[in-house]
Order: sequence, then structure tokens, then C-alpha cells
Amino acid sequence: MVGSVAFKMDMGQLQLTRLNVFLGQTSILRGCLPQTTENQITMNSISSISPKSPSFLHLQHNKPKFLLFRPDSPSFFPISRKSSFNSPMATLAVASPTLGLSETFSKLKREGKVAFIPYITAGDPDLSTTAAALKVLDTCGSDIIELGVPYSDPLADGPVIQAAATRALARGTNLDTILNMLNEVIPQLSCPVALFTYYNPILKRGVEKFMVTIKEVGVHGLVVPDVPLEETEILRREASKHNIELVLLTTPTTPRERMKAIVEATEGFLYLVSSIGVTGARASVSGKVQSLLQEIKAESSKPVAVGFGISKPEHVKQVAGWGADGVIVGSAVVKILGEAGSPEEGLKELEEFIKSLKSALI
Amino acid sequence: MAFSSSNSTYTPTAITKPSSSVFPKSHPSQSSLTFTKIASISRPKSYSISCVMTKQSTNLPEAAADQSKALRPDSLGRYGKFGGKYVPETLMFALSELETAFHALATDHEFQKELSSILKDYVGRESPLYFAERLTEHYKRANGEGPEVYLKREDLNHTGAHKINNAVAQALLAKKLGKERIIAETGAGQHGVATATVCARFGLKCIIYMGAQDMERQALNVFRMKLLGAEVRAVHSGTATLKDATSEAIRDWVTNVETTHYILGSVAGPHPYPMMVRDFHAVIGKETRKQALEKWGGKPDVLVACVGGGSNAMGLFHEFVDDKEVRLIGVEAAGFGLDSGKHAATLTKGEVGVLHGAMSYLLQDDDGQIIEPHSISAGLDYPGVGPEHSFLKDIGRAEYYSITDEEALEAFKRLSRLEGIIPALETSHALAYLEKLCPTLPNGTKVVLNCSGRGDKDVHTAIKHLQV
Repeated sequence: MVGSVAFKMDMGQLQLTRLNVFLGQTSILRGCLPQTTENQITMNSISSISPKSPSFLHLQHNKPKFLLFRPDSPSFFPISRKSSFNSPMATLAVASPTLGLSETFSKLKREGKVAFIPYITAGDPDLSTTAAALKVLDTCGSDIIELGVPYSDPLADGPVIQAAATRALARGTNLDTILNMLNEVIPQLSCPVALFTYYNPILKRGVEKFMVTIKEVGVHGLVVPDVPLEETEILRREASKHNIELVLLTTPTTPRERMKAIVEATEGFLYLVSSIGVTGARASVSGKVQSLLQEIKAESSKPVAVGFGISKPEHVKQVAGWGADGVIVGSAVVKILGEAGSPEEGLKELEEFIKSLKSALI
Repeated sequence: MAFSSSNSTYTPTAITKPSSSVFPKSHPSQSSLTFTKIASISRPKSYSISCVMTKQSTNLPEAAADQSKALRPDSLGRYGKFGGKYVPETLMFALSELETAFHALATDHEFQKELSSILKDYVGRESPLYFAERLTEHYKRANGEGPEVYLKREDLNHTGAHKINNAVAQALLAKKLGKERIIAETGAGQHGVATATVCARFGLKCIIYMGAQDMERQALNVFRMKLLGAEVRAVHSGTATLKDATSEAIRDWVTNVETTHYILGSVAGPHPYPMMVRDFHAVIGKETRKQALEKWGGKPDVLVACVGGGSNAMGLFHEFVDDKEVRLIGVEAAGFGLDSGKHAATLTKGEVGVLHGAMSYLLQDDDGQIIEPHSISAGLDYPGVGPEHSFLKDIGRAEYYSITDEEALEAFKRLSRLEGIIPALETSHALAYLEKLCPTLPNGTKVVLNCSGRGDKDVHTAIKHLQV
């Protein structure tokens, strides 16, 4: 539990989540905080997020508990990103420096850049490697990271991501351990993270509770590949209530009228599935993507990112050249981490691969 | 007809409840849409089936009465909160195309004629409603009283199970859609065999997805499918059983949707499948109503059927859902026992979730991952169930119970010994429930049990467990 501990203060019911973020306005914070040293702070381990929380955090046994929580130190302060509290502290809850998905696209657009969006499956080969991989992806210039939550029956995924999910689940990865890991890692990233998850794990947790929890750990966006427009009502309502951008998908089989409705409803960006089929590398990108991009652009100014089957620098270049605002690469990245001889080798190969893809966009 | 609608401009919302006469869905103007066999028999009026019924009985609980106004399904394919279309966007167009075709063909005379003729001459319908005399005797109490047990002999259909009713209709539908490649999933192999059979009959390319583990326990059916010209693809992912075969079939469909029709084998999956498969099997209940009338001048009092995905049960129940005095009983697989964690009793022990395109009861863990079910019967070994069963359970219209592997095996033996009928292990679950049900029924109660399949395919499994 060490790595992602939240502290519950009796007074003001303020729940604080540890962040590796230095807060400039400590004086403001101090002014708002109750006299912490005198007022008993009950340091519950973060049962609200993780009743089970096994694997990932075990890596950090050597760290002293509550290392970063030093109420007497101006440099370290726990802050809460939780916005649902009515406490005056809520105003401080926006400390994450990271932009959301649509803001990221706006910024890139101003800079004349195309977003690079890699996907990895959480927990493959293990969560500590996932944590390290997220940092590698971030430092290599990813603009958004899509993180897959492993699921037992991933209908939209091809063999590579299916196998990654099966391995991850076999190692005991679950939503709680993933959220614990993210709670630790997201504050260290400069780009936003979107979760890619099937619907049943969300339903099982409860849609609202799910949104609250992922927001709490700093997730910005959500992709749910087995929930088409008609079924998104509850998801959209809860996502919007909790400031999670719900990204919808359109495909080459989607009729134009329907595509318009999807573009209208999507948040963050529109996910254009490049080919008819499940996720997985393909030899080439369908030329149809170019005309689909034109059709979408004629309807809306929302950013469009293209994914499914994009695996090489030349694909990335081609899709960017066709006018996509973002390019998503999944299975090819997952394969590297899944097939590497060791996590270290995997991370090294990952870095090279991401750099090669990213350079295609420059 | 297996699926006719009440008028040519059919929309689900346009259907209203037919009169509550003895023939609640009788619409003389629709004679062209009825089964020719049924229409020709001693019924005062012809007999058509609407896709949707509206009202539940008036004595249901209050909550149920509210829900009863809902259509089954509504325009989004929902039965109450169950059902819907939870699939990748790529499939949405194909599903809507399928729904449109389904409704259009309901009024297509050529299509209906062809289907009727194939069901009669190729499948061998109608299937008998057989009075199981010695089984009835077995359940007589000391005073000589007891219920009367009838078997709806779907096991006598071509290929040995009810599955072919749906397969033959969907193959015809695929031809109308211009799709030459057929895919299907199979558990026990019965749906795979039925699909391979109709593909051979109509000259369609056929690919069957089957869990590697199921291929082992149903080797005979694998050979039959190959003999019929189908390609059987082993699925090794996940638990290598029916759920994984279904996932793999859906992935194939996502990839080849433009050329391929997916013949889903149960009343599960995304809308319109639960409705469509139900309506293609509704012939079971329709024949039962007519045969009951002929045999004893009334309706059955209790209907019993096994439930995996639930197609044979829905096929029998659908006709009688609005006949509130008819008890509907579904029997699930309790495997090694409900508390063993090794069962397939989805409605009894599951929780609501989304699997394979529909919201329904599911076997899942605390994290929403699908749990591997267990049943001695490969056809019941599925962690989900058709959404309409979930609905019927929640509104209290149908009752669902479960039967262990051991109880099913006993029933397998019992029917073989008492009636000279070797039932499928799936069907044996329904038969086993008679042991519990019959002692509670008043004298003369008419029980109709859907004898959904023959057991030849299961003797290999039974040899390992039964001393004979």
C-alpha cells in the first residue's frame, strides 16, 4: 500500500492523495489547512481505492511510509485532486499540471503538431513494468497515453492484446492494482492518460463510482470499445459529471449520418478506427482512411485520431499526412513489451520504437 | 410463420396485445404468413406470431406490472433493462441491416413459403408432443395421483436437436442478405452441426468456432461438422470453451462483416439476435399449443426446459408468456453444486452485467471479469444467459432452478430406461427437475417438457460417469 496512500483527515473529511508534485502556493494551502500537526490525522491506507492492492506496490517496501507527507515541510504537501468535496480545499484540487485530452489537441493544433498516442495493456508483463513504460512513453514525447485495462473477453481486440490481457489477468492484475499504480505514476507524467476498458468492469464497480475513482487518480479520458453511441447515455452523464472525457469511436462501416451523431457526442477527440476488424498490426493502412478523414472534417472541427492496425513509422507519417490530428499505435507497442526477454529489454526496445514512431511526426 | 409481424409496416412499437381469447395471437388476415402445416390443422383461425408481446398477466407483482407495458424487446432491443447492443461500432451497421432484413422477410411470402417447406420436409417438423407414459407412472404417488408428463420431441428434428430451427432460418436470411460466408460458435457441437448442415444444404461456406476443450469432449460432433464440409476452428484463448468460441466468432464477424453472416445459436448476443433466434424457435411453443389442444383440449399447465443461453426454453415459452396461468420453468446447470463455484447457474447465482453484446445475468468475479462456468453438459456451459430470461426472472413471470451434473446423469439414465429415449445431457437437466417438481403438482397437471436434443452425442461423456 505504500506507494499510493491517501490520508483521511478527520476534520473536514478531507481526503488527501499523495502526489509527487511540488506545490508552489504552500502558504495558501497552509492557510486553508487545519492545524495539521495538532489535529489528529488518521492516516488510513487508501481503502477507498484499494481494498486488495497486491502486486505493484510491493516493489516499494524499502520506502519509508508516508515519505512525502510532511506537514511541516513547505516543499511536500499532499493535495487532493478530488473535486467533489465541498471543503474549501476543493479549490486547490486542480494541482495536476496535465492538460485534458481536448486541451492537448488544441495546444498541438496551435503548434501545428499531430498527437502521438501509444497504447499499452496494464499489467503486461507486470504492473511495475507498466509504470516504468508509462514514464518511458511520456519522456519519449507521447501526447496522450491510452492504457488498456485487461478484460477476460476483449471483443474488439486481436490476438496480441488478447494475449497481453490474459497474461496480465493471470498475474493478478485488477482494476484496484492498476488504479494504485496510476495514483503513483500519473503525477509523474506530463501527458494525460485515457483508460481503454470494456464495459463490464465499469458496470461491476458502478458507473459513478468508477468515474469518481479514475478521476481521483488523475485519469483524463475513457474509451469503452463495446459501448456504441446508443448505449452511452449513462456513461456520458457520469463521465461529464466527473470531468472525464468519453471518447467515442467511428469506423469504416459507420454510415455518414451516424458518424455525425458520434462526432457530436464524443469528447476529447474522435477515435477513427482505420479498418474493419479488431485491433492488431496490418501491412498497410486502408486508403479509405483519407476519405473518411475528409468526411469527418467536413462535419466537425473536433480532433480526430486514427487507430487500429497502425504499427510502423511510415503508417504514422501517412495518416498524419492525410490530415489526422492524432495517431494511435497499440498492438505493435504491446507486442514489444509482451515478447521481450525481460522487462528491462522490453523497456529499452519500447523507447527505441516510440522514438522511431515519434520521429515520423516531426 | 416463425417470425411474422402483425402488419407490413412493422415496427416493434406498433404491436399491441392481441385479444385474450384461447388463441391470443390469432389474426385471420395473416394467413399467408403462417406455417402451412399449422394453418391447415383443425384450428378455427390461422395463427400468426408477432415478434413482440406487450402485456404481462395482471396478477404479477406491481413492479412487474409496470414493466409489462414495455415491449419485448423495445426499439433498442431491450427487455426491461436487459438486452441492448453492446458491441464494437464496426458491427452496428450489420446489426441494423440484419434487423431490417428480419422484419422485411416477415412479410415476404416467398421467403416464408421456402422456410415452411424446409422446416417440414428437411427438418421434419412438426415434432410430436409425446405422452411419456412410463415417466408419468414413475411420478405417480401412492394413491395413484400425479401429473401427466409430455415431451416435445425436438430431439427428433434433423440433426437431433432444436438448434436447426434457427440455423435453417438464418441461413435463408443470409442468402437474402447476399452473404455467402457463414460463421457460428458452438459449445456441445449441436449448433455447429446444425449450421454446417444448413450451409451444406444451401451451398454456403461455413466456419465454426469451437473451444479447444469442447472439441475434445465432443469429438464426434467435430467430425460430423467436418464431414458436412465445415471448417472447425479451435479456440484456445481464455478458457477454450463456448464463451471464448463466441468471442472469437464475434471477432471474425467484426473483421469480415461485409461478406459474412453470423448465425448466433442462442437467444443471446446483441439485438436483434435474442429476438430473432427466439422467433425462429417459437414454432416449438406454437406447435405445443396446437397439439395440447388436440390432445386434451386445453393448454399445458407447466412448461419445463433447460437453460444455457436459453434458446429451446424461449422457443417453448414465448407462445405462452401472456398465458399467465401457464407456469414457465427454466432449469440451469448447477454443475458440482451451487456452492462449489463450479456451475453454470447464471440466473440463480449470477449478477447483472454485459457479455457478448447484451446486458443480462452473468457469472463474474468482483472485478467484473467473466468466470469460467462448469457443467457436464457442454451446451449449458456458458457464463451468460439470454436477456429475455433475465427479464422474465426479474418480473417473476418465469421460475429458474438448477440441477447438478449428478442429478442430470441420473435423469439421462432414467429416461433411457423408462421411455427408450436417450436425451441430451442438456435436456437431462430439465428432466431431472421433474423429480422435484412432480411431487408438488396436483393430480392431472399437464407438464410439457422440451426434449431439446438427443443424447447420442453424450454417451462418450456418460460412459465415464455411469455404471449401466
